[in-house]
Amino acid sequence: MGVSVQAFLEKNTMQKSLHINPDKCTGCLQCEMACSFENYGTYAPAKSRIKVFDFHHTGRKVPYTCTQCDEAWCLHACPVEAITLDKLTGAKVVNETTCVGCKVCTISCPFGTINYVQETGKVQKCDLCGGDPACATACPTGAITYTDANWTGLNKMAAWADKLGNQPSAA
Amino acid sequence: MSWAGKILRVNLTAGTVKSEPLNMDWARAYLGSRGLATKYIVEEVDPKVDPLSEANKLIWATGPLTGTMASTGGRYTVVTKGPLTGAIACSNSGGYWGAELKMAGWDMIIFEGKSAKPVYLSISDDVAELKDASHLWGKSVWETEGTLKKQHQDPQLRVSSIGLAGENQVLFAAVVNDLHRAAGRSGVGAVMGSKNLKAIAVRGTKGVGNLVNPKEFMKVIAEKKKILADNAVTGQGLPAYGTQVLMNVINEVGALPTRNHRDSQFEGAKDISAEAMATPRATDGKKHLVTNQACFGCTIACGRISKMDQTHFSVQNKPEYWGASGGLEYEAAWALGAANGVNDLEALQYANLLCNEQGMDPISFGATVGAVMELFEMGVITKEQLGIEAPFGSAKALCELAEKTAKGEGFGKEIGQGSKRLCTKYGHPELSMSVKGQEFPAYDGRGIQGMGLTYATSNRGACHLRSYTVASEVMGIPVKTDPLVAEGKPELVMAFQDATAAFDSAGVCVFTTFAWGLADLQPQVAAACGEEFTLENLALIGERVWNMERDFNNRAGFTAKDDTLPPRLLNEPAKTGPAKGLVSKLPEMLPKYYNVRGWNADGTLTDQTRAKLGL
Repeated sequence: MGVSVQAFLEKNTMQKSLHINPDKCTGCLQCEMACSFENYGTYAPAKSRIKVFDFHHTGRKVPYTCTQCDEAWCLHACPVEAITLDKLTGAKVVNETTCVGCKVCTISCPFGTINYVQETGKVQKCDLCGGDPACATACPTGAITYTDANWTGLNKMAAWADKLGNQPSAA
Repeated sequence: MSWAGKILRVNLTAGTVKSEPLNMDWARAYLGSRGLATKYIVEEVDPKVDPLSEANKLIWATGPLTGTMASTGGRYTVVTKGPLTGAIACSNSGGYWGAELKMAGWDMIIFEGKSAKPVYLSISDDVAELKDASHLWGKSVWETEGTLKKQHQDPQLRVSSIGLAGENQVLFAAVVNDLHRAAGRSGVGAVMGSKNLKAIAVRGTKGVGNLVNPKEFMKVIAEKKKILADNAVTGQGLPAYGTQVLMNVINEVGALPTRNHRDSQFEGAKDISAEAMATPRATDGKKHLVTNQACFGCTIACGRISKMDQTHFSVQNKPEYWGASGGLEYEAAWALGAANGVNDLEALQYANLLCNEQGMDPISFGATVGAVMELFEMGVITKEQLGIEAPFGSAKALCELAEKTAKGEGFGKEIGQGSKRLCTKYGHPELSMSVKGQEFPAYDGRGIQGMGLTYATSNRGACHLRSYTVASEVMGIPVKTDPLVAEGKPELVMAFQDATAAFDSAGVCVFTTFAWGLADLQPQVAAACGEEFTLENLALIGERVWNMERDFNNRAGFTAKDDTLPPRLLNEPAKTGPAKGLVSKLPEMLPKYYNVRGWNADGTLTDQTRAKLGL
């Protein structure tokens, strides 16, 4: 579902981030299927670049994927410069034709969000689908959104601001 | 396609595991899951076979939409001849296991024969093998899942297994996957236990990627998900309150069976309702309900995840029950609560956790305890036999009997035979609130007349999931009908039965039908499986599946005489509520139902019906 550069510039020049609110996640895995379908044309959570963790003893479900570090360890660790910055989206993108499958990036990433794919012999990570992430579109509850990179905290701020109680109730 | 096109055939006697192609003629005629697996049973199993013998077969089956991005597309069914009823058994479960099997590249698994020693089936994509399960035998569902994940060093493994109830062949033992999702009814877990089969552990990495028209499919499932999101029941009521949203509603319409159906309204309903689960407890100030949870691919997310009160008598010093876990859902809350006159929410959840942990159907277990409590109050069963005083309303008795039944100890062995056998043994068969040996779920056939006919004619014994006319009679979906009248119910029940059979066979959840009709399912199936799946064809498939199941039961020895209700519902009028003074009008509805079905007066299929459906 990638958009053309021209269309992207016309629509949106600010950078966006995937923003995750675990409280809203139900564990349905629509995001994992959307991811694998976008990248491999198949519904296969095993191939997804976003992963939902189900901590059943607490009832918490947490979607987790690459946060696109500015100083990306994976990018710097790659010996063949197969990982590059997509300047439009801010995504760190794996060039599959350059990647040699050495897996050094998987060791350097502090968060575990870049992983080896044995079927292709390359690594894979979230590339923000070129600026229209399929996981966010598929999420039925708003647990995954694609929002202004500078204001991922906006909803949380609003919720706490509301709790201050210095606003008369609309009701 | 969107079927994997392959099935696993496991001969437990010989210890062999073989791959064979899916019979595509049957797939096109019976779709998948419930319909297709039943077709295999009908073709391969003598209807008169002893369900717990080596000659019975046991099938785990997915549908063509299982493992796709269609909302709720994660369902699977366990199909066999059921030991509780002697009829066809088909129990449906959600969670993640079904999608995992499909993604490993298999539509279904057929188990034949009986293993000499405990085994489990391990599947990793194409590789499937039987492995020794002696270290798992005697373990609970929860321990089995944990042990297998550790042993395989794979936290992403999905497990479908039985606990002690299945091992002990409790006649209402369930098959449980993902800790608390169950193929719950008719004793499919007992058949698994009878074959010395403990578990199926699956890891599927291939995915589902062979849809006929993937682009059209993505478009149409997005439209259909929006319908679910915009609907008051599937978009708001179920995610917020779960199925438990029904407790107060059904009580108000006077159809909440109470104290073994002596009453049809429960004074303690509010204490065990969705609202109670969301209210902070007096003891520890915490809410029972922690969060909701979806099954695979589900955009409704009705599942309840709760935490018990650690100071409650049932779980003191038992930290294994203190964490978040599944429940309470409405049917379990009713069967463990109202059916026994127990209004202690924590006690219900403890009994529910035992059902999940050891693999028991909480509906049949709870309803059987209801019969035991009535027999206790009549003085037929004594404290000496039970080991505890068990009048209606006793939370302590409920918890203790749940432990005994799950573990097969003392009187629990008798409860594990179900209410029909138990009540017959003690000289009061009329007190078993069951049809064809399977206990009623949570709707009184006097207050919701369509449900009386639903129970009497359900192919797997009393069941609400075969035609949920509550939707129409109480909620007005798709049209409002009067719950107190018999008129129009034969047609309504038949329409619900056939449509539900199509939904079950597709691999999606029947709860979608609060918002979707067959016309919403059809374009999803067509985009996945082919244009031949028109609305007319899907309707015909549903009707074909229903009649095939009926025909199997007839050949198993069931007759029109078995399409009945206990005398309490036919002769004792409801005492309170909107249905006060009413009994079930089954005698009026049943002949008309046979007629609209195209059956003979004795409940057998006419030649015309067989010809029309290709049976």
